[in-house]
Amino acid sequence: MAPALAFAGSVSMQDQTLFPPVNIHVPAGRWTCLLGASGVGKTTLLRLIAGLEATASHDGTITTSDALPLTGRVALMAQSDLLMPWLSAIDNVLLGARLRGERADRARAREVLALVGLSAHEDKRSDTLSGGQRQRVALARTLMEDGAVVLLDEPFSALDARTRAEMQSLAARLLAGRTVLMVTHDPSEAVRMGDQVLLLTAEGCSAIDLPDSPPPRAVDDEGALKAQGALLSRLMALT
Amino acid sequence: MIRAWRQAAVSTLVALLLWQALVTFTGLPRFILPGPGLVAQTLWESRILIAENAVITIIEILVGLGLGALLGGITAIGLAASPFARNLIRPMMVFSQAIPVFALAPILTLWLGYGLASKIAMALLIIYFPVTSAFFDALMRCPRGWLDLAQVMGASPRRIMWHIRVPAALPGFASGLRLAAVYAPIGAIIGEWVGASKGLGYLMLLANGRAKTDLMFAALIVLAIFTLILHTCVDRACRKWLD
Repeated sequence: MAPALAFAGSVSMQDQTLFPPVNIHVPAGRWTCLLGASGVGKTTLLRLIAGLEATASHDGTITTSDALPLTGRVALMAQSDLLMPWLSAIDNVLLGARLRGERADRARAREVLALVGLSAHEDKRSDTLSGGQRQRVALARTLMEDGAVVLLDEPFSALDARTRAEMQSLAARLLAGRTVLMVTHDPSEAVRMGDQVLLLTAEGCSAIDLPDSPPPRAVDDEGALKAQGALLSRLMALT
Repeated sequence: MIRAWRQAAVSTLVALLLWQALVTFTGLPRFILPGPGLVAQTLWESRILIAENAVITIIEILVGLGLGALLGGITAIGLAASPFARNLIRPMMVFSQAIPVFALAPILTLWLGYGLASKIAMALLIIYFPVTSAFFDALMRCPRGWLDLAQVMGASPRRIMWHIRVPAALPGFASGLRLAAVYAPIGAIIGEWVGASKGLGYLMLLANGRAKTDLMFAALIVLAIFTLILHTCVDRACRKWLD
């Protein structure tokens, strides 16, 4: 069972406060989208949870609902697909096992590649795939890691509108049941994908009102379009 | 491809014609500047002598290149893996680069003798730094995102080095090797100039001393052709396996 996450405290970088003390609750098995002006520390927050941040200092706590450490239960997917160009698609999916010195479960990797619709491309070198295909391989790699907590840092922002919408639907389906925290700068993506949408600013963190329909919401969902407009207005009002 | 060969052939022909014209019109004596015809004739007549000496030089270059690439590769990985080794060894390496390698040739001959070893050591020394430095820089430039991903996946530093940093840095290693293919012959020839009884460098020095400038040119051309072939082979191999 995926745990809920709670991030409490403030974050500063070189004695400059990025954001004041906040209490962010990421509910178990749900999508939480995090928006905010650029430079406010969204990615820093994600990196702190992933245990990667070395320069920013966090004055507070990161806790899980089951009180177990996060190490080994997190999968990360970033804006750049981070595929190794010298490996085939399937070997990229198996990267985690290879890096941990575990036995490579090729059958499972094939299944996962089939889930993202890339069965025909599993032996192709990743640098011969299109941008959308590459991000699908990255999603397959994230699924293969089987982390209960999935951290997404603008994973679809480099894709064209149609591919992005397809990837969103695919990710929502395949990551169902996991605790997902996604940083995004796109209000429509946040409103489409989020069970919860948070706006992080230099003043603190606040939740955004969402329509009642469950995510992923249809791209022409009226309530979602309205919420998206309101969210964009709030983003534009930020200094 | 054929076009490139044709261009090279035309360019060579023009160079030979200019060379011959220079000899013909200036009337320079043959011990100052022999014409291409005479050099070709000497190359043919002394082919056994030149071949015997070329084999020695080629062995020195290839062994020096192989050992230099191996040692340079190991050093770069060691330096990239350990900040302690970096702090300790990098200043030494930078200082060692302030010493002209040429100046070391007599000492190497003194220590390693007049045989192959001192020339191999010269070739090795002259390529060691370019290979190490190119590979090391590439290892340190590994994209942050890949390292983060590997860390989240729970990889040990050793596995990150082996599965991500080294493969990602191979193009850097390749550019070091390409440079090395051109530098290694310089090392071997300097080594032979300082003290040798065999090799193309030795032959050139000998021919020069006896005013056999045509023989010197013949040996020089063989060396240049070998260096070109070596560079092409290394370049092809790098493109196939490392880039």
